[in-house]
Amino acid sequence: MRTTTAQQDFIRGIWKENPVLVQMLGLCPALAVTNSVANALAMSGATFFVMSCSSVLISTCKRFIPHEVRISAYILVIATFVTLADMLLQAYAPAQHKELGAFIALIVVNCMILGRQESFSSKNSVFRSLLDAIGTGVGFTIALVMMGGFREILGTGSFLGYPLFGPNFEPWVIMVLPAGGFLTLGFILLAMGAIEQRRKDRAERKEEPVAEVSS
Amino acid sequence: MSQENNNQDRIDVDIKVENSGSAAVQDAPAPAEVSTFRLVATLAVAGVLAGMLIVLVNLHTKPIIDKYKAEQLQLAVYEVLPDVERYDTYYLVNDALSLSLPDGAKESEFKRVYIGRDAIGETRGVAISRGESGYQDVIMVIFGYDPVAGTLSGMKILDSKETPGLGDKIFKDMNFVDQFFAGPQTPLLGVKSGAGKGQPNEIDMITGATISSKAVIGIINHALEEWKPILDQGIPEAPAEATSGEVAQ
Amino acid sequence: MNEQTLFSIFFSAMIVNNFTLALFLGLCPFMGVSARVETALRMGFANIFVLVLTSLAAWFLNTYILETAPFLRIISFIIVIASLVQIVETAIKKLSPALFRQLGIFLPLITTNCAILGLAIFQTNRGYDFLQGLTFAIGAGLGLTLALVLMASIRESVEFSDVPGIAKGTGLVLIIAGTLSMAFMGFAGLF
Repeated sequence: MRTTTAQQDFIRGIWKENPVLVQMLGLCPALAVTNSVANALAMSGATFFVMSCSSVLISTCKRFIPHEVRISAYILVIATFVTLADMLLQAYAPAQHKELGAFIALIVVNCMILGRQESFSSKNSVFRSLLDAIGTGVGFTIALVMMGGFREILGTGSFLGYPLFGPNFEPWVIMVLPAGGFLTLGFILLAMGAIEQRRKDRAERKEEPVAEVSS
Repeated sequence: MSQENNNQDRIDVDIKVENSGSAAVQDAPAPAEVSTFRLVATLAVAGVLAGMLIVLVNLHTKPIIDKYKAEQLQLAVYEVLPDVERYDTYYLVNDALSLSLPDGAKESEFKRVYIGRDAIGETRGVAISRGESGYQDVIMVIFGYDPVAGTLSGMKILDSKETPGLGDKIFKDMNFVDQFFAGPQTPLLGVKSGAGKGQPNEIDMITGATISSKAVIGIINHALEEWKPILDQGIPEAPAEATSGEVAQ
Repeated sequence: MNEQTLFSIFFSAMIVNNFTLALFLGLCPFMGVSARVETALRMGFANIFVLVLTSLAAWFLNTYILETAPFLRIISFIIVIASLVQIVETAIKKLSPALFRQLGIFLPLITTNCAILGLAIFQTNRGYDFLQGLTFAIGAGLGLTLALVLMASIRESVEFSDVPGIAKGTGLVLIIAGTLSMAFMGFAGLF
C-alpha cells in the first residue's frame, strides 16, 4: 500500500509531478489546442472529466480486472468516457467542439490518463484515485492554460477573446501557429530548468559554509 | 512453471513469462492462473456495459446535435439566398435533380444543392456548397447562385483553417465578403486589389492573402462548372409541401 | 465526399500539414526515439506500416459497420489499432528477431501514438474514400519519418555543440522542433 498521504496524492500532480511540464505526457493536446485560452480550458475540462471518471471506475473494479488484460480494459474504459465527452461537448458546446475537432477523440491515447490508471488507480482506493486524478487534472489544466495564455496574448493580443492591447499591437501570429506551440513549451521548460538550476545552486551554496565561489 | 493446471493455463503462463522476463518466474507459482474464459468474459462484459452507456447518452444527445446542425445549415442557406422564404434539398441522382434518394441509399454519398423559393413558390436562387484546398487546409464555402441571371447572391465560409490574421480575412474582411453579395457575374475572375478593369465578374483579392482568396474564387467557379449543365436542364417546380424549416430569425 | 486530388492529399499530409510538425501528432516517439538517425528510420517505417493498415481498417469499419452506430467509432478504432499493433509486433518477432530487439519498447508504444488514431479520425472527418485514405496514410507516414529523421540528424550534430545545461534535453528538442515547423511553413500554399 502507498505510504503517501491523501494530501500528497492530490498535490503531487499539480506541480512537482506535473504531467505535461515534468513527466512530458499528453504533449499532443498540450501543443495542438493551446492556441487560445478558451480551447485550452475546453480540452482540460474534457480530459479532466475522462480521467476522473476512468480513475474512479477502474479503482472500483480493480478486483475484477485480470492482470493480463488490464491495459485493454483501461483503454476500453477510457475510450467509453471519451466518446461520452465527445457527444456531450458536441451537444452543449458545439463551437468549442468544432475548434477542438479530432483532438477530443485523441484524449484516448493521452499517455497521461493511461499512466495514472496503470500506476495508481489500479492499486489504490477509490477516494485516493479520485484525488490523484483531480490533482493530475489540475496540473494538466495549469500547464495548458499557461501555454494557451502565452500563445493567445502574444499571438492575437487578447485573452479569452478580450483584446488586451490597443489596435496598434502587432500580434506575433507565429504564436498561434504550430511552430509557436513548440517554441512556447520549449521556452517554458527552459525557464523551469533555469529556476530549478538556480534553486539547486542556492541549496548547494548553503551546504558549503566555506564558499569557494566569491560573489 | 510446472503447475498441474490444464493446457490452456500453461500457455497463459508461458506467454506471461516470455513477456515479462525473469521477474515472472517468481510470480508463476502465485495464485491459480486466470482462465482464458475469464479474460474474455471480463472484456466482453465490460464491452457490453460500455456500449449500453454510450447508446444511452447518444439517445439523449443526438437530437440536440442534429437540431444544431440543421439550424446552422439553414442559417447559412438563408444568408446566401436573400429573398427566400423556404428551400428544398435536391440530390444529384443519375445526373438529375431529385427530391428523394433511391431506397436504402446513404445520404452522405450524394451531392446536393438547396433550391430557394419565395412565398409563392417561385425559384429564387440555388445554394451550393463545396470544399477545396486553400492555403493551409480545406476551405468549405457555400454560395448563392441565380441560375437565370448567372450572378451570385452571396457567399459564406463554412469552415476554414486559414492562417489567423491573413488567410482568415476571407471571412473577416467585409470588403472582400461583400463583393459576393453584390451580384457578380460568373465565372468569377480574381484580380489584384485596384488592378481591375471594372468588369462585372471581377473580385478584388485580399492583399497578402492571395492564395486563400483565389481558393474561394476557384471553389465557386469549379462548383458552377459542375452544376451549371445540370441546372440549365431546368429546375424542378416547388413541391406542394415545404421541405425546409421556417425562415431563420 | 472529398474533392481533393490524390497528389494534393499526399503532398499535404507529408509536407504542408506534416503530421508531427504541423498537426502535433506522433510526438512521443518524436521526443523519445529521435537521438539516432538509424533508429528514427526504423521507427518511421514501422509507423508507415501500421498507418497503412489502420487506414484500410478504418475505411472498412466506416463503410460497412459504423454507419449504423457512429458513436462506437472511437472505441472500435482503438480496439482495432491495439490489435493491429499486437499482430505486427508478433509478426516482427517471428520474422525478424533482430529488428524486434532493436525496436524494443517502441512497438507497443505505437498503440498510444496519437498519429495512428489521429489518422483514422482525420480520414473519417474528411470523408476520404479508399484510395484517398491510402494516399493519406502513406503521405502521413513518410512525413512522420521525415520529421523523425530530420530531428535525429540535427540532434546528432547538436551533441557536438556547447549547449547550456538548462537547455539540454526536451527543452532543446522542442525549440529545434519549433524551428523545423517554421521551416515547413514555407511549403504552405505551394499548389
